[in-house]
Amino acid sequence: MTVDPIDVVIVDSGGANLASLQFALERLSARSLVSADGEVIRRAPRVLLPGVGSAQDAMARLRATGLDGVLRELRQPLLGICLGMQLLYRRSEEGDTPCLGILPATVRRLEPAKGRPVPHMGWNRVHARRDVALLDGLEDGEHLYFVHSFAAPVTPDSVAVTDYGMDLTAVVQRDNFSGTQFHPERSGKAGARVLYNFLRLPACS
Amino acid sequence: MRDGRVVKGVRFRGHTVVGEIMDLAARERDEGAGELVVYDITASPEGRSVDREWVRRVAAVLDIPFCVAGGIASVADAEAVLAAGAEKVSVNSPALADPALIARLAARFGSQCVVVGIDSETTAHGYRVHALTGDPDRARDSGRETLAWAQEVQDRGAGEIVLNCMASDGVRRGYDLAQLAAVRAVCHVPLVASGGAGEIAHFEAVFRDAGVDAALAASVFHSGLIRISELKTALARAGVEVRP
Repeated sequence: MTVDPIDVVIVDSGGANLASLQFALERLSARSLVSADGEVIRRAPRVLLPGVGSAQDAMARLRATGLDGVLRELRQPLLGICLGMQLLYRRSEEGDTPCLGILPATVRRLEPAKGRPVPHMGWNRVHARRDVALLDGLEDGEHLYFVHSFAAPVTPDSVAVTDYGMDLTAVVQRDNFSGTQFHPERSGKAGARVLYNFLRLPACS
Repeated sequence: MRDGRVVKGVRFRGHTVVGEIMDLAARERDEGAGELVVYDITASPEGRSVDREWVRRVAAVLDIPFCVAGGIASVADAEAVLAAGAEKVSVNSPALADPALIARLAARFGSQCVVVGIDSETTAHGYRVHALTGDPDRARDSGRETLAWAQEVQDRGAGEIVLNCMASDGVRRGYDLAQLAAVRAVCHVPLVASGGAGEIAHFEAVFRDAGVDAALAASVFHSGLIRISELKTALARAGVEVRP
């Protein structure tokens, strides 16, 4: 019996909103599988960690299924998207939630200011600080689509930043773990390029 | 949308078919639209929720944010629309009938997912919120004042407000700058202007004078009167930050 090889497993963290990501992967002819099964995720060539809802709900679901431990120990490329990226950090101010702790920083609440409503919703420029494969083919200052009320501060792991009153982490990467604060699946051609780059990362085991 | 086709009216009346949803969705995507919003306008008046099948078909071809509105009256309705591929749901009449719906949606999906549409009419008694506007025979004053409702929906967890100024809708004489600026003053979430766009200068004015975060338009884009690509070039020249 042969099994169709897949390119990426999407972690089903209980958010309703996996369809747009699946559609984006289909447009790239990528074979994806949605799963909450620790074994399936461990064996995946690459792992996408999306997130909708709040940090406390998402972490509660990951802990209840033991996936928090599975994710921490992964060696293959992982990309967290939006809340999925924030979960990689040590802690989030959203519900004062301990997160996966893969990255050493605390995700902070955005404060609204004149001309800067919160949630931050819209197309914002992204500037690379390091040359990484995930950002191949993107121009400096490319617009990508953000929707968030919390954000990660800029740390040495921030490979790209965006300015919303202050510099925030737009793309983070440490070892095999990476994340985007923006939604690549809804960021036009530039976003599709980020997903394409992720799918091209070697699936080391 | 009405009965599966894209329609546009003038001041919420006399809707005529302007095209097929898949054609228009793909065209506005390719033209550089920053987000697509689709209203199933007869869903609430007919007491039903938006049809998920077309949500799914549209979502599959869009690589930009996608917001869907139409009779979304429960967490389950919203879940189905989001599962079909929308990013955001917009509620209008259901929120007026059951304001606590906004908080339930925000708790489940996060505020960023919850848009409140406000259809606001200019009357002798000030700006008033109208409900069931998709059907001219059933549309009515909700009994609410627009500025108070804008504040209330934010308190309840709305992550974005689309203000549709009914007196300006479809007549292409420009956005209602005074009303939008008044709502802007009480709005700390993203504010989207809707109703009245007729020429490029109207877009420049609404960003400059009303301080909105985004401008929504329908007929001028669908008819080809304004091309989004040209509009964005003009806005950038006027100093408005836009995605090229």
